[in-house]
Amino acid sequence: MTAATSETAERLPVRADSDVVKVRQLVRSLAQQARLSLVDQTKLVTAASELARNTLVYGGGGEAEVELVSDGARTGVRAVFSDEGPGIPDLDLALTDGWTSGSGLGLGLSGSRRLVQHFAIDTAPGVGTRVEIATWSR
Amino acid sequence: MAPVATDTLVRTLVERAETVRAAWLEAAAAELHGRTTRGELEREQSDILDALLDGLRAGGTTLSDAAFDQLRGILADVSAARARLGFTPRETAIGVFALKEGLYRLTSDDDVAVDVTPLLRLVDDLGLFTFETYAAAREAIISEQAEQLLELSTPVVKLWEGVVAVPLVGTLDSARTQVVMEKLLNTLVDTGSEHAIIDITGVPAVDTQVAQHLLKTVVAARLMGAECTISGIRPQIAQTIVALGIEFGDIRTRATLADALVDALRANGRTASAGVPA
Ligand SMILES: Nc1ncnc2c1ncn2[C@@H]1O[C@H](COP(=O)(O)OP(=O)(O)OP(=O)(O)O)[C@@H](O)[C@H]1O
Ligand SMILES: [Mg+2]
Repeated sequence: MTAATSETAERLPVRADSDVVKVRQLVRSLAQQARLSLVDQTKLVTAASELARNTLVYGGGGEAEVELVSDGARTGVRAVFSDEGPGIPDLDLALTDGWTSGSGLGLGLSGSRRLVQHFAIDTAPGVGTRVEIATWSR
Repeated sequence: MAPVATDTLVRTLVERAETVRAAWLEAAAAELHGRTTRGELEREQSDILDALLDGLRAGGTTLSDAAFDQLRGILADVSAARARLGFTPRETAIGVFALKEGLYRLTSDDDVAVDVTPLLRLVDDLGLFTFETYAAAREAIISEQAEQLLELSTPVVKLWEGVVAVPLVGTLDSARTQVVMEKLLNTLVDTGSEHAIIDITGVPAVDTQVAQHLLKTVVAARLMGAECTISGIRPQIAQTIVALGIEFGDIRTRATLADALVDALRANGRTASAGVPA
């Protein structure tokens, strides 16, 4: 990713359903500040919702870090979701459309990747999972 | 543990009940000035004192003893009532803690030689118990109100003979979606309707969880012999749903609630035209 100066990041706990709603609201408000298009805003918010819920459901809870970023010409929103849960043993499988280890649609992770401009996962069994996403103004 | 009250202590309390109650009432009334009537306070205090004396006579030493069952019941009632009336925790517990003022009065009377320390400790327990039951009552009230609000904010309406609709507005979390969907299915049954319209014009985002709830509702409605239409999918939501990979399959979707209604009426036309105003 391009070097970007970041303003202060906001950290939110992800421990309950209501926290997922808060993350969504924060991401939406920053996306508006970054002047993302309505479509990009909606996509980013939806991806954040998916990842926060995965953090909650599979990661056993964790944290979301959301910030406004800027590289001079463009502004964007970056969000990082991290947990110290079981990790994802087979990432390719987890990123397959329709694959779920639970009772979801199995589209959250793979779909989120298509909803944002930047998507990176760092995960290790027994250590945890960290997913970073970002979308920039066009 | 030594019994809290020797016979002497109980006897003294009974003999000097008027003194104790006067000081107790004074202290409580000063704090609760205007929040409750003196008569109300007096009644409460005599109930509490009677139950306390009964408990002590029955050999009760700590509040959790069976001897104090009645006392705990009274305290729980009083604090639940206060919670409902919007008293603060302080205003609720003060009525009990003020009993100490009455007990201090006993010790300041020269002609009374009785150690009230164990009783003071018991009063502390009464106060804490009051706090606890107040907090529990408060919590129950809040979740009750939240539920009512949830119900209120998700109106399922009968749009027409045989057609019910629910306009979803705002952020959908799991609890809310669940409530809406159950309510919609119930209304389908209650009104004997064959069409349900879920309008999502007011929903800012549809993620996999919301989609799953929608899909499940449609399937459940079909099992009940009803048809569901989803209306008001705005362009940004449509694009997001497609990018996520969610498939609505053969579920009927319409641009607006009005379109969906026209559609439902047309489908109803053959069977229900007689009952529908033109
Ligand atoms: N933070 C995480 N920690 C551990 N496992 C995870 C985490 N996030 C995702 N997974 C695994 O990846 C799988 C796929 O995730 P994805 O979000 O795509 O689907 P889902 O959550 O099961 O269903 P959906 O999101 O469609 O409702 C999950 O079922 C889970 O096994
Ligand atoms: Mg998911």
